[in-house]
Amino acid sequence: MHPGAVVIGASAGGMDALAEIIPKLPKTFPVPVIIVQHISPLSDNYIATYLDKMSKVNVVEAEEKVKPVKGKAYIAPPNYHLLIERDKSFSLATFERVSFARPSIDVMFETAAEAFGIWLTGVILTGANHDGARGMEYIQALGGKTVVQDPETAEVDTMPKSALERITPTAVVPLKEIAGWLIKNIK
Amino acid sequence: MENKGKEVRNPEILEIEDIEIDLLLEAIFRKYGYDFRNYGKAHVKRRITHRLSTSGLQSISMMQQEVLRNEDFFETLLRDLSINVTEMFRDPDFYAAIRKDVVPVLKTYPFIKIWHAGCSTGEEVYSMAILLKEEGLLDRVQVYATDFNQVVLQAAREGIFSIDRIKEYTINYQRAGGKKSFSDYYTAKYNSVIMDKDLKRNVVFADHNLVTDSVFAEVNMIICRNVLIYFDKELQDKVIKLFDDSLTHGGILCLGSKENLRFSSSFPRFKALNEKQKIYQKRYKI
Repeated sequence: MHPGAVVIGASAGGMDALAEIIPKLPKTFPVPVIIVQHISPLSDNYIATYLDKMSKVNVVEAEEKVKPVKGKAYIAPPNYHLLIERDKSFSLATFERVSFARPSIDVMFETAAEAFGIWLTGVILTGANHDGARGMEYIQALGGKTVVQDPETAEVDTMPKSALERITPTAVVPLKEIAGWLIKNIK
Repeated sequence: MENKGKEVRNPEILEIEDIEIDLLLEAIFRKYGYDFRNYGKAHVKRRITHRLSTSGLQSISMMQQEVLRNEDFFETLLRDLSINVTEMFRDPDFYAAIRKDVVPVLKTYPFIKIWHAGCSTGEEVYSMAILLKEEGLLDRVQVYATDFNQVVLQAAREGIFSIDRIKEYTINYQRAGGKKSFSDYYTAKYNSVIMDKDLKRNVVFADHNLVTDSVFAEVNMIICRNVLIYFDKELQDKVIKLFDDSLTHGGILCLGSKENLRFSSSFPRFKALNEKQKIYQKRYKI
């Protein structure tokens, strides 16, 4: 069994980007996918329902104390930070916003980096802020792989560009090829 | 530019930090009696490393020495470790569900004791008092609002909040099914609002630590939202048992919208009144 995970961070334009990636993953994709998408604190978690309908992997909201498993994608609930414990189980927290965001991509990425180490792949997608850049740097510092959406293909390029300012990633990949890259490189 | 993001962190350091954190929490417990040893480690580590980065100390081990010898530093760290992010009518749908599913039950009681556990700065205590007042129940309740943090408890007692968030709270109040105008419940003064004193007439604010203290009263309803998420499974189970022991038969337990009883050994002793809003009722016959 593969001991790793894929973590994905997205903000403005992220719904469409996720809808381009997640449905292409096969049910047999070897690791769980953990997603932070910035979203209004009052929203219902329709992203999970929406993505689940079009995907082969099972898309659900991340629940505290649950350990992620392959064949599933997990989405951070609105208005909660999602953290990964060292035993790989989920924790939720309500502490103040980080980079104006709750859930924060940095918080999830940094804790995931410590939990999964070299077995982690971080993916940063479209967005209009800088969240996720520090997280990507930390994933790389702990030996994980990093993938940045080619800013040319991003609806809003601020987030991928700020990640690129901090790191030289494993790969810069156009949106339509990200799912293929993950399938090819995570075995 | 060539070297950007090339800093490498030896995974061995993580192991060392884990040991240091365990020792620090042990030191806090033995010196000051606050027990964070069964809190979720990811969150605790985040708070500790944040304090470390602003303190000028070189390592968590050095922080341990500082905590043991410098009470002021400990007080600062204690505030870091307690979460005091809250708001009036947080999760308006929860309050709407209280009106719909819980108020009819409470109305059958001649006298109602309510425990707000982990009340922080009190926003949710005042929110519930407003709801109870509008439902005609405020005169027959006794509310115990507790927290382990004296600083936030004092703020709760005073009931003075920043005016900045009133617009947001007013929207929450309306979404929660508020029957009047939210401004009926406070007086604005400079940059603050002072909550109507009548709301806290039957509220006792008291020091209580869920981790180390035990049952202090038998109550009809417990509200403890977004506190258990910080605890590991074992501690969650222990605290839910404490709630179970504190509740009368038919008593109501309200948890945060992402918390649930499912993993607790007390689970069979409760039934859901509103599953989505995590409102449970202790069964009459167990």
